[in-house]
Amino acid sequence: MSTFIAYQTIVRREVNRFMRIWLQTLLPPVITQTLYFVIFGKFIGSQLGQIGGISYMSFIVPGLVMMAVINSSYSNVVSSFFSSKFQRNVEEILVSPTPSWVIMAGYVTGGVVRGVIVGALVFSVSVFFTHPHIFNIFLIGIFILFTATVFSLGGLANGILARNFDDVSIVPTFVLTPLTYLGGVFYSIMSLPVFWQKVSLFNPILYMVNGFRYGFYGVSDVSVIASVFILISFTAILALMNFYLLKNGIGLKN
Amino acid sequence: MHALSVQHLSKIYVNGTQALKDVSFAIEAGDFCALLGANGAGKTTLIGIVTDLLKKTSGEVKVFDHNIDFKFSKAKQLIGVVPQEFNFNIFEKVQDILVTQAGYFGIDHRKARMDSEVILKRLGLWSKKDSASRTLSGGMKRRLMIARALIHHPKLLILDEPTAGVDVELRHGMWDYLKELNQQGMTILLTTHYLEEVEQLCRNVAILKNGELVTYDRVYHLMQRLEKEIYLVTVDRIQDVGSIQKFGPMIKEENTFEVELSKSDVHDFILKVTEIGMTITDFRSQGHRLEKLYLKILKT
Repeated sequence: MSTFIAYQTIVRREVNRFMRIWLQTLLPPVITQTLYFVIFGKFIGSQLGQIGGISYMSFIVPGLVMMAVINSSYSNVVSSFFSSKFQRNVEEILVSPTPSWVIMAGYVTGGVVRGVIVGALVFSVSVFFTHPHIFNIFLIGIFILFTATVFSLGGLANGILARNFDDVSIVPTFVLTPLTYLGGVFYSIMSLPVFWQKVSLFNPILYMVNGFRYGFYGVSDVSVIASVFILISFTAILALMNFYLLKNGIGLKN
Repeated sequence: MHALSVQHLSKIYVNGTQALKDVSFAIEAGDFCALLGANGAGKTTLIGIVTDLLKKTSGEVKVFDHNIDFKFSKAKQLIGVVPQEFNFNIFEKVQDILVTQAGYFGIDHRKARMDSEVILKRLGLWSKKDSASRTLSGGMKRRLMIARALIHHPKLLILDEPTAGVDVELRHGMWDYLKELNQQGMTILLTTHYLEEVEQLCRNVAILKNGELVTYDRVYHLMQRLEKEIYLVTVDRIQDVGSIQKFGPMIKEENTFEVELSKSDVHDFILKVTEIGMTITDFRSQGHRLEKLYLKILKT
């Protein structure tokens, strides 16, 4: 059988799904991030000084784009996979010869596509408020793609293991949101006391946000090489974990 | 060649329930086989293992000689499954469900659209191709499940209670279609609670009881095991039944009695009834023969 056709089928279905309900999937993050630009960037930011030589509004643009990418890619995969499991139409794939890695790749690609589209939309809105500088477009691309991949993989693992709708909302509410807000989206960790600077270094989202910001302005609170290493490591670990779950039917087959 | 071979298959769920106990049987290619058993007997578990929706605890399963432990991908390519419960995406359109399913089997989009047209037309669903599946009637949903299972042209079709809740006319239509598929060479494994369905369609029958295979035989042979049948006899008026007492008639209602007869006794019984001056106005078999045998097997 052609695994590429199976992969294409999953991606097409996933993209069609979120495009069909774009009012729920694409528009809300754009509105939310616009409010952040207005409130934090315009109203509050105008009273703040520069951070690392850049205006506060420009400083928060990469973080807010990344925040939208993280939430969109994660929620796309977790909600799509869990609702397939809940409605039992995931069985359509499970009874087919589609290999586990293709199922994983298909769902993750769907999440990455949504994450990148939402990221592009939020970035487009930011242009109305500031003129972000682009330092290294290659790094911007690497960070946005890998971050969307990591969180799509995380969403897939959550979707596979979730047993009810509570399990689907626990991770975004209690893990992702705090880590994102504390991941240097709105501030530089250099402004924190030394102890909290050290604690912040355990937050993987800090590396993603800073690596992405480096692509725009060439400044970062952490090493960009460490950020790339962390991204690749998380991608590899989560990919292996998902492959193991799907291959062994954990959370799917009794 | 065996379309499906199950050897020493066992399944113990994580909660400790043993759903299958050392089940072994084989279905010849081209056969139409029924899998019977009470609710909870293990039928759906067995189908789940064969279709990779459940993990087996032990044993061996082969589909057209492909061992599912080593060549599940090849085995799955040959299986079409119609589950007991509707499990398609209720928001998706009818034809899209088929095309998507074909994609999972590696069939390209254009061919899938053409094949789905043929199947949907044959199953009377073509006019609904652009309707969301949730808007279909119960019978249409059942047919959609069959259509989806056939989109990749499987050689073994597994149907888990496909006619449950389907009206008589539609059920007979489905029977005709299944017979047609079987005549074209497709092997069919059917689970059902309608014994009439088994008698009409199947050549072989496997009966599961509490996870164990208690019978696997030709339907014809099973029917031969029925020695006696119960008849309801209605006469113009009941008179002295002394000379037919040996047949053990039991009066059920005015002018109607029940009697259990072997085939060889039927002629003799009718003669005796006529001799004592009663006119038979109705003579019919009570209940379903296979059903009685099935219940007898389950009780023993």
